Amino acid sequence: MPDKKIIVRVKRRQRPDEPVRWEEFELRYRPHMNVITCLRDIAERPITRDGRESSPVSYEANCLEEVCGACAMLINGQPRQACSALVDNLEQPIRLEPLSKFPLVRDLVVDRSKMFEDLKRTHCWIPIDGTYDLGEGPRMSPATQETGYPLARCISCGNCLEICPKVNEHTQFVGAAIVSQVRLFNMHPTGKLHAGERLDALMGPGGIQDCDNSQNCVKVCPKGIPLTESIAAVNGQVIRHALKTWFTGRD
Amino acid sequence: MRQPKIIIVGGGLAGLMATIRVAELGVPVDLFSIVPVKRSHSVCAQGGINAAKNLKGEGDSPWIHFDDTVYGGDFLANQGLVKNMCEAAPAIIDLLDRMGVMFNRTPEGLLDFRRFGGTLHHRTAFAGATTGQQLLYALDEQVRRHESIDRVNKFEGWTFLSAVLDDAGIARGICAMNLRTMDVRTFPADAVIFCTGGIGAIFGRSTNSVVCTGSAQSALFQQGAWYANGEFIQVHPTAIPGEDKCRLMSESARGEGGRVWVPKQPGDTRHAKDIPQNERFYFLEEWYPKYGNLVPRDVATRAIHKVVFELKMGLPGGPAVYLDVSHIPREVLNRKLEGILEIYEKFVGPDPREEPMKVFPAMHYTMGGLWVDNEQQATSIPGVFAAGECEYQYHGANRLGANSLVSCIYGGMIAGPSAVRYARNLEKGCESTSAEVFERERARQQDITDGLLHQQGTENPITIWRELGEVMTENCTVIRYNANIKKTVGKLAELSERYKKINLQDRTQWSNQTLNFTRELGNMLVLAQVIALGALERNETRGAHYKPEFPERDDANWLKTTLARYNLGKICLEYQPVDTSLIPPRERKYTAAS
Repeated sequence: MPDKKIIVRVKRRQRPDEPVRWEEFELRYRPHMNVITCLRDIAERPITRDGRESSPVSYEANCLEEVCGACAMLINGQPRQACSALVDNLEQPIRLEPLSKFPLVRDLVVDRSKMFEDLKRTHCWIPIDGTYDLGEGPRMSPATQETGYPLARCISCGNCLEICPKVNEHTQFVGAAIVSQVRLFNMHPTGKLHAGERLDALMGPGGIQDCDNSQNCVKVCPKGIPLTESIAAVNGQVIRHALKTWFTGRD
Repeated sequence: MRQPKIIIVGGGLAGLMATIRVAELGVPVDLFSIVPVKRSHSVCAQGGINAAKNLKGEGDSPWIHFDDTVYGGDFLANQGLVKNMCEAAPAIIDLLDRMGVMFNRTPEGLLDFRRFGGTLHHRTAFAGATTGQQLLYALDEQVRRHESIDRVNKFEGWTFLSAVLDDAGIARGICAMNLRTMDVRTFPADAVIFCTGGIGAIFGRSTNSVVCTGSAQSALFQQGAWYANGEFIQVHPTAIPGEDKCRLMSESARGEGGRVWVPKQPGDTRHAKDIPQNERFYFLEEWYPKYGNLVPRDVATRAIHKVVFELKMGLPGGPAVYLDVSHIPREVLNRKLEGILEIYEKFVGPDPREEPMKVFPAMHYTMGGLWVDNEQQATSIPGVFAAGECEYQYHGANRLGANSLVSCIYGGMIAGPSAVRYARNLEKGCESTSAEVFERERARQQDITDGLLHQQGTENPITIWRELGEVMTENCTVIRYNANIKKTVGKLAELSERYKKINLQDRTQWSNQTLNFTRELGNMLVLAQVIALGALERNETRGAHYKPEFPERDDANWLKTTLARYNLGKICLEYQPVDTSLIPPRERKYTAAS
């Protein structure tokens, strides 16, 4: 069998302030390749298709099984994880670009620390008294667990922010992932005791009112999280919370 | 009173637990991690976490958990601390539950438990089939809460290069490199806790994440830390072989009733579904009637090797056997195993709810690691502590499934407070160490980096890494022959020579991943030698260490801990007795109940 080839086009910038250059690489096809194997092949022989010596492409990756969230990038224009992007299912040339809604570091690496900062700002945690032994946790119905668990699988990849028209240089919108996390913590028997704090954080600038319901987020979530349901649920909570605060002056 | 300074390196389960414990004592923590901590390798743990909560009316107890663990580890673990861990486990589950982990529930609203390998009890709490991810997130959230009140300062995107040791050999901080600016800097601390995880990258394709290189452990080893039981490497029986990594198919698939089989007729090319029950060879169930598909991993892995390579009964088209859950109701599968079935579907294609999965063993875990003392998680370097997979303490010669998460968290719980205690008892804190000590280490590390950047040569780091992984997987995993291990030692020497001729092909000082990887690769080559030499010396079979030439466990000569030490560029092996004071060693056999 003659060697089958794969063509990969990579959008490159060595530093954020440098001009973009596109480089094209030709790789030897093997069964079960994904975008990560392509990037490793380039690192092993960083020579462009037109024979020019280049350098390995910078990219983020860790678990390689779509559970750590690291390797999100634009693949043929779609935000997705590079590890689960199988070459057999991709149109060629395979076009790789960094996510565009986050500050660029180099090549395919971007800085997504905004997402972790927003998790902090919205108090996405259960405020336990301490790690000493206080006995069992609260009982929970299987139904609550079955609603909560899918939300808890958010890997902070940032794909839902990338695709969202309301995440742009003019807004501070936290994005669907964070809203969905607020829903998760507000449904937990202990987390619920502090729901107001999280809702307050979603009422200011960049909060849930920035969502324009374009519903793109749910289509690109690699974990199939019902993000639009989460937005609707939290929207309801925010409205009730606002009214309650308005009428009683407290929450 | 002077406030101690604590550094924690690694933000997986062990590191985050240690961080929380230190922060709770009111002591600030500097937490270093290569990746944002939420992306640590602990997310890959799937099946669950063990604790003898005995919620199924089976008469389970921490003692039985302890016995299963020691027996499963073929009596190589020091017993005292294993017992403490098993006793602490039920409260650890309660704590995680209070932190909001979405564990699966029973109709009564209690935690559900499932079976796992090497035990006859339902002892494994689980959150679908992504338990590690759920536990890591719970701890990540608690750490973020401490971060929001300035008790934790994260250094994400920094990699550890070396410890800063003063003239008395006491650790006074660390030297680390920023992966964006490539700056090499030192950070003073009174005590440093290492929670740097596994070493899968040494075997090329493993079930581990990219960051699991063992580089930090190796660097410490080269600075004088002892490394224990390096030769004990766990190969997980059921993974999907891949070009970039081997993806784990959790033991929980079998815990929920999954069955391993091959067609009785070798080379049978019929579709799995068309092969009738009586023409299937359920070899684990036949060979191990008591434990069946839930024998420990070393036993299951060897059985699969025997079926595929000795009996030549593997599936057509590649070394593989079936892992079958297609007889389990879809609803149960979706509620309890969705996370892994989704991985199979995404990376392989067919729906495992409909047809059996094709799996094969893959390197998964290191039982060996940095030597730590029994009570404090303290390494042999004063001021350096370790917890989690990077240390050797809890699993002996073979780890039981779902014991890693509990050992990570338990180790972190101990390491945090013991590092604080050590720091408070120090006569002089790190601020009294002269600036020259720090500068000396920084300059040494900067020189290594500069050397690599300027080195001219023809070798490529990825090529050397591929060859390392191939030779280690071939000769230092499931079946070990002394002649092959000797060849491996020779190959490692050759690779180390070629390493000196690496050409980075990226000489920039900004987000230079090749530079970082090449530094890690240098450390991998050293740790690989520790593994190979330990395996070569140990002429017996124990747990995951199997030598056909020495097929029996040999307690008279080998019931001892391997201790590797690094001296002037040479690796020396010594041995230490094992504490077996609580459970006397007995024959390990899974054909009948223990």
